[in-house]
Amino acid sequence: MPLDTFRKETRAWLEANCPASMRKPIASEADICWGGRNWTFASEDQKIWLERMVEKGWTVPAWPKEYGGAGLSKEEAFILKEEMKAINARSPLDSFGIWMLGPALLKYGTHEQKLEHLPPIARGEIRWCQGYSEPGAGSDLASLRAKGVLKGDHYTVTGQKVWTSYADQSDWIFALVRTEADAPKHLGISFLLIDMDQPGVTTKPIKLISGKSPFCETFFDDAIALVANRLGNAGQGWEIAKYLLSHERAGIVSEAAFGGMNPVSAAHQSGEVDEHGRLADPILRGDVARLTIDGLAFDATLRRIKEEGDHGEGVGARASMLKYIGTELNKRRHELNMSALGTDGLLWEGDKESDGDPARAWLRSRANSIEGGTSEVQLNIISKRVLNLPSA
Amino acid sequence: MSFVLNEEETMLRDGAQQFLEEQAPVTALRALRDAGDTHGFSRDLWAAMAEMGWCGIMVGEDHGGVDMGCAAAGLILEQIGRNLTASPFLSTAVMGASAFNLAGTDSQKDAWLPKIAAGELVIALALDERARHDPSHVKAKAVKDGNGFRLSGAKKHVVNGAGADLLIVAARTEDDRINLFLVSPGAEGVTRTPRRTLDSHVPADINFDDVKLDGDALLGGAEDSEAAYRHLLDIGRAAQAAEALGVGQKAFDMTLDYIREREQFGVAIGTFQGLQHRAAHLYGELELARSLVRRALTVLDTQPAQAPLWCAAAKAKATAVSRLAASEGIQMFGGVGMTDEYDIGLYYKRAQAAGEFLGDDAFNAGEVARQSGY
Repeated sequence: MPLDTFRKETRAWLEANCPASMRKPIASEADICWGGRNWTFASEDQKIWLERMVEKGWTVPAWPKEYGGAGLSKEEAFILKEEMKAINARSPLDSFGIWMLGPALLKYGTHEQKLEHLPPIARGEIRWCQGYSEPGAGSDLASLRAKGVLKGDHYTVTGQKVWTSYADQSDWIFALVRTEADAPKHLGISFLLIDMDQPGVTTKPIKLISGKSPFCETFFDDAIALVANRLGNAGQGWEIAKYLLSHERAGIVSEAAFGGMNPVSAAHQSGEVDEHGRLADPILRGDVARLTIDGLAFDATLRRIKEEGDHGEGVGARASMLKYIGTELNKRRHELNMSALGTDGLLWEGDKESDGDPARAWLRSRANSIEGGTSEVQLNIISKRVLNLPSA
Repeated sequence: MSFVLNEEETMLRDGAQQFLEEQAPVTALRALRDAGDTHGFSRDLWAAMAEMGWCGIMVGEDHGGVDMGCAAAGLILEQIGRNLTASPFLSTAVMGASAFNLAGTDSQKDAWLPKIAAGELVIALALDERARHDPSHVKAKAVKDGNGFRLSGAKKHVVNGAGADLLIVAARTEDDRINLFLVSPGAEGVTRTPRRTLDSHVPADINFDDVKLDGDALLGGAEDSEAAYRHLLDIGRAAQAAEALGVGQKAFDMTLDYIREREQFGVAIGTFQGLQHRAAHLYGELELARSLVRRALTVLDTQPAQAPLWCAAAKAKATAVSRLAASEGIQMFGGVGMTDEYDIGLYYKRAQAAGEFLGDDAFNAGEVARQSGY
């Protein structure tokens, strides 16, 4: 189909099918649809919107049709994104299954594994979480110790994961588990898909400085993982994890660059603007201008690197640069939001549900440069793999 | 709009890289400096650039140019920055030609653009009157006098001013609007005082004392002369940002080479995390600057209405990043980085001078705020 025809038809379909309430900006966490076995829709419209998009395969538009996608080309998927943005359509479904596990399954999964796991992700029926970090394995992730012992057609898994996002609301977990006890550090890890609905898996939320608990501890006590649910070969887990981390980094980055409060809207909210609508504090205004410049630069860099990637140069280790810059930028934005809000930004609880949101978002942003590999880990990767600086 | 170079652009960049490395490397700048060259650039090099077709890069084909636009000019400027090449390319081929394109009448274009394309002319723009760039601060006055004008005013830091054959002067007419005027540096009442700057260039302070001009000295082809003036500055900002990017990138490349080789405590100092993280950070900053520069130049060619924001952003970022790259370079070179023998210090000096032209990072950040409505 010619691209302009596709655009026309897409626009018409979205116009006819996206409920009005799904065209408003996301006001709070509850407006995001994550799906899963225990999902409660925030509204009837949220449910309808998901169902209609699932039917089109547009929750995962670029995935093949047999796995629940629409088989769209890169260009078509981009047009869909643009047209959704044009009417402010909300994402019908957000999930770690879509962003992270999906790409890894598509690359490393067998046909059977794809058929079993991808369609439920596309339909929002199964919610996934990621089991990587452990109490003793943070930046040095490959030192992880969760152990899997092969017993016939399955592994029994014991150990603890930490910082598992939304584990308490998830159905399955993709986890890095040491299955090859005698292999070298990086080669003894397998990538296992584990159903969390079993007695051997328990979770416990961790309360954060933002007052929220998006992260959990996850405990495995002789949990069962079928060998059929091992992605890739035994010992190939580290390679898959690295591939998948680049997708996670891309996800954190796109979140950093777009959307949410900015210091100018914050200053309008707190009344800290002059009669011309300019930021009243000239020094703050300068800081915000430099943020704007870096935001424009980052946006242009994302486009450039995507274009270069499409021309066969690949993104490669430059994903680390995007992750580093994007997350540091997001932290700066939230810090300047707080400055522009002044004491208004200190509110923690109030009459409205949204009271305290700026402070909590600011605190949440601190994790950006820790999760998915700290800024310092990204700088290490850039030094070695992009700049080819020598190792000690 | 494309960030990826097409075949023609790749050829242009590679050609520029090869030509400048051979004809105008850093040793050429040192030679000009050490000889105390009164103009700070070589006419022979300028003639060779004309043979390459560079002088006509912004000149239409009907006037003998190649008409490749700002994005293409930026590729040459980046290589000029890498080699610290001293030349009138920016002031003449980019800004001079653009002044005629934006504000010239047809007969002015016919008269001057072929000369620019042929490399027969060195143009300098007399814009600033204060130490810090302020495009609205134009006190120079052009008063109607018969069919012509009388021009008075004092311009500071006219880049290539010492060696220019033609000056393009920003002055206010009696309606208080800023216009551009063509002035011969040899005209009666024009006094130029060369100022040798830290980067071994030779700009000039130029006084205009009741200089008599013909009627066709006024670049009178633009519908809105001030809009043309502002757009000309945007072109200059993006172009200067492209050169600054080259300065910063080369300083960074030299520094990486050095820390891979230089040993202390029995190992290459590039193995130290303290330097690695700073290098990796700088790499990211250079990539950000590169994207903005390319974006600003492309916007000038394809969506000029958006130019004020992107050109200011590109100039601000390229200024800050090129300065940081050269500064970090000196630090990582250590003591030898402070010597005249090593080139890194020359990059630091050029980054500073290029940064000042048409507004430094602070000025241009202010522009970005204004353009963004806050």
